[in-house]
Amino acid sequence: MNILVCVKQVPDTTEIKIDPVTNTLIREGVPSIVNTFDGYALEIAARVRDKNGGTITILTMGPEQAKKAIKECLAVGADKGVLLSDRAFGGSDTLATSYVLSRAVRHLEGRLGCFDVVFCGKQAIDGDTGQVGPELAAHLGRPQVTYASDVEVVDGELRVKRESDEGYDIISCPTPAVVTVVKTAYEPRNPTIKGKLAANRAEIPTLTAADFEIDTSLCGLNGSPTKVKKTYTPARGGKVVKIQESDASKSAAALMAMLSDAKIL
Amino acid sequence: MKYQYTELQQELRQMAKDFAIKEIAPYFKEYDVKGEFPRELFEKYHEAGYTTMMIPEEYGGQGLGCLDCVLINEMLGQYGDVGFLASAGSGELSMMPVIIGGTQDQIQRYGDVIITGGHAAFSLTEPDSGSDAASIRTTAVRDGDYYVLNGRKCFVTSGGIADIYTVLATVDRSKGTRGITCFMIERDTPGLSVGKEEDKMGLRLSNTTDLIFDNCRVPAANRVGDEGMGFKIAMKNLDRSRPVGSIGAVSIAQAAIDHALKYAKERKTFGKPLIENQAIAFMLADMQIQCEAARNLVYRCAENIDKGIYDSEFGSIVKTFCGDMVMDVTVNAVQIFGGYGYSREYPVEKLMRDAKIFAIFEGANQIQRIVISRAMMKRDLNALKD
Amino acid sequence: MSFEGYRDLWVFIETHRGQAKSVGYELLTPGRALADRAGYKLVAVIIGKNIGAAAARAIEHGADTAIVVDGDIYDVYNTDAVSLALLALIDKYKPDTVLFGATNNGRDAGPRVACALKTGLTADCTGLDIDAETGNILWTRPAFGGNLMAQIQCPDTRPQMGTVRPGVFKKTAPDAARSGNVISEDVSVDPAQIRTRVVDSIREVAEAVNLDEAEIIVSGGRGVGGPEGFAAIRLLADTLGGVVGASRAAVDAGWIPHAHQVGQTGKTVGPKVYIACGISGAIQHLAGMSGSDTIIAVNRDPDAPIFEFAHYGIVGDLFEVIPRLAEEYRKMKA
Repeated sequence: MNILVCVKQVPDTTEIKIDPVTNTLIREGVPSIVNTFDGYALEIAARVRDKNGGTITILTMGPEQAKKAIKECLAVGADKGVLLSDRAFGGSDTLATSYVLSRAVRHLEGRLGCFDVVFCGKQAIDGDTGQVGPELAAHLGRPQVTYASDVEVVDGELRVKRESDEGYDIISCPTPAVVTVVKTAYEPRNPTIKGKLAANRAEIPTLTAADFEIDTSLCGLNGSPTKVKKTYTPARGGKVVKIQESDASKSAAALMAMLSDAKIL
Repeated sequence: MKYQYTELQQELRQMAKDFAIKEIAPYFKEYDVKGEFPRELFEKYHEAGYTTMMIPEEYGGQGLGCLDCVLINEMLGQYGDVGFLASAGSGELSMMPVIIGGTQDQIQRYGDVIITGGHAAFSLTEPDSGSDAASIRTTAVRDGDYYVLNGRKCFVTSGGIADIYTVLATVDRSKGTRGITCFMIERDTPGLSVGKEEDKMGLRLSNTTDLIFDNCRVPAANRVGDEGMGFKIAMKNLDRSRPVGSIGAVSIAQAAIDHALKYAKERKTFGKPLIENQAIAFMLADMQIQCEAARNLVYRCAENIDKGIYDSEFGSIVKTFCGDMVMDVTVNAVQIFGGYGYSREYPVEKLMRDAKIFAIFEGANQIQRIVISRAMMKRDLNALKD
Repeated sequence: MSFEGYRDLWVFIETHRGQAKSVGYELLTPGRALADRAGYKLVAVIIGKNIGAAAARAIEHGADTAIVVDGDIYDVYNTDAVSLALLALIDKYKPDTVLFGATNNGRDAGPRVACALKTGLTADCTGLDIDAETGNILWTRPAFGGNLMAQIQCPDTRPQMGTVRPGVFKKTAPDAARSGNVISEDVSVDPAQIRTRVVDSIREVAEAVNLDEAEIIVSGGRGVGGPEGFAAIRLLADTLGGVVGASRAAVDAGWIPHAHQVGQTGKTVGPKVYIACGISGAIQHLAGMSGSDTIIAVNRDPDAPIFEFAHYGIVGDLFEVIPRLAEEYRKMKA
């Protein structure tokens, strides 16, 4: 299997704190990590590769320091990686981002052959849109399966376990395809010393807009149909009715009385 | 202190820390109570490469230098469990004598065991021979293409789980250390059996047993180096493994300091945090001073080894300082925790139990002082110390 | 910028075996308000099989018109079938705005369609408004795990599209007196264009975990202490007629399946009542439940962050409090 995994370097949103005075995000000192769901996508990809043979290429778009994310992927089983970096790509919304990725995929396929599967995380934990995967599939004109928690290859087709409201569906999907991944039942593998050493030595090529065929008017802010009008930090609550009676029965009775009075229950 | 780790070293440390927090820390308490080596934790540990760090790449190892290995072990111990590391890391430390004195074939055979996730144990100590290695009584008598071993070993780290052993026995007791010979012995060799398992005070995740040789027939091809070379090999091995042995003390001490510091900042007495009492603050400062000094000694010792400088006297100094330091620091950590420090619910009593061994094993701190003072006696006071 | 020929506000109503997802009807509420302000018709677009009843209900809940596409291939959700049908309809009618429920399927089809149209789609919105000056929809959505809110607009392309989080808006009481057009559209999709196929559908048999549509959710976290601790949570959920949820800590510990997880790596929910038991209130969890109407927290730690978000809080041991809450509720109903 010739596999591509798209990853994004994101701030670790679990480490983000709110400045209590200004009520704004404190971004300084927040570590950058490989988007959690992309990590799950890579683990599924690695399992597919380990079982069926093949190669895993990592593709990421971002500034030079995003190479660190690629190296982290190399330490947990990816074979090689490519960085997409150009000022023209900055400020892209999901449509523009997926366009750039789709052009890069086509370019890489010219050299590496068609990717049987392009894996993405279901969403990035900073933007939380979950749209780049399906839009990439649409740009490439390939079938997609979203919200996958496992993938197997059966008779050259993908069998994807896809989350549904009641449980899950097993979906068959021909290749080439795009699959977006939720949290897997298994934990992603730990990085190995060998992987770290190899990642440390690896040269990560950077592709700029000049390196492949791309219409830069469709990239970046200009190529983005959605515009951010403003951002703000949501107001915090702080109006809790706290009940702390002398024992649990009294607390429970007090709460139920309040909920009943307020016609909540 | 700010250390100038390379980017790779930083990443390896971060990786080791993450691993320890995720794969070791949640489990060690349970195994400390049971006094058992957690085999189920070992598989992931091995897969990540932590069991083969110093084995050269051509034998399938990671080929890391001594300092890299120390930096990684420091994190694994500080955030994981040093007892676990003692048994889990026993494989490559037991293989080192073979790398030092063995043939290509022997290194390959030993490496195959370790690389595939097997265990190994190094065995020198006997019931009547601890620091006094010259008096070992386990004998190896040549019989055609075999040596026949008889005797009893004790305090063998990983003795009960090893697939292969590095064993020192004497071919001629009258020759003292010059009779000591090194053998590599597979677990299933007839005449070799595992004796009782020690129920230890600390490092309770490590497996420690007796080994019994009863007419154990070892092929002559398993002799590592020449007859009588065993002691030299063992000493060379010790020179090389000092930093890896001693960094565990730094890990334990730093873990104890971190716990104590956190507690001293959170715990309030007489209306203010503990740490705002100078008596407590200065204790913490002294603990960090000692620990930082020890860390620097270990790092320097490891750097020397990476440069090919093997200095037994310095090794003894490092070992002794670390062994004394970790006990002092952990005793004080328990003191800062007060009654809670004495409770098994809190982490520091375990660290104090784990600490004690560092002044005992690999040559008690008393014997180290003999080594150091003897070297001092020989010193030419007029010469510039090299 | 003027968008010649684009008009009306569409709500895509997702169906499964003829049954509409609740979020579709919910979106008719803000859809109605926005359409009225813009002078547009509110159109429910329903794709599925045997969906006549769903179309009638959409009108009762506020739609002026229902466009229905009925066919075997739409019985269960299929990315290609639904996107192709939507594209054909959008091409024909040129809606100004399209709303999807931010369910797994809504977030699967939405970007597929938006990309084909090269238009903007705003994900997982929790607020909708119209910019009085430009007439653009102002889409409000959380990012950074709920730490940041962003207001987005799509000024230069049409249709403007967004997916909207379930549970944020409440459906109106059905009004049987309302009348509207039901337009049947026959969209023929070439079977060769349908590339994926559901080969098996597994219901997690133990219980249906329909967090999306639950009105009451009782969730357990680290404080529940173990799988057996969820018995107390389940008892209260059953008593209140609710569904059991869980925090990531409880799921990661293996105490309860992932299907129950609420939060950034689980489901985003918006029930009428959310009872968080032994959940400290990590931002990732809050991101998934802060849209609930009433949040009740039970926690031993009076300083737990969950109390900053809760409307009611009991400081105490959940194993003492929870059974007594169930008891009090039974007494109240008796």
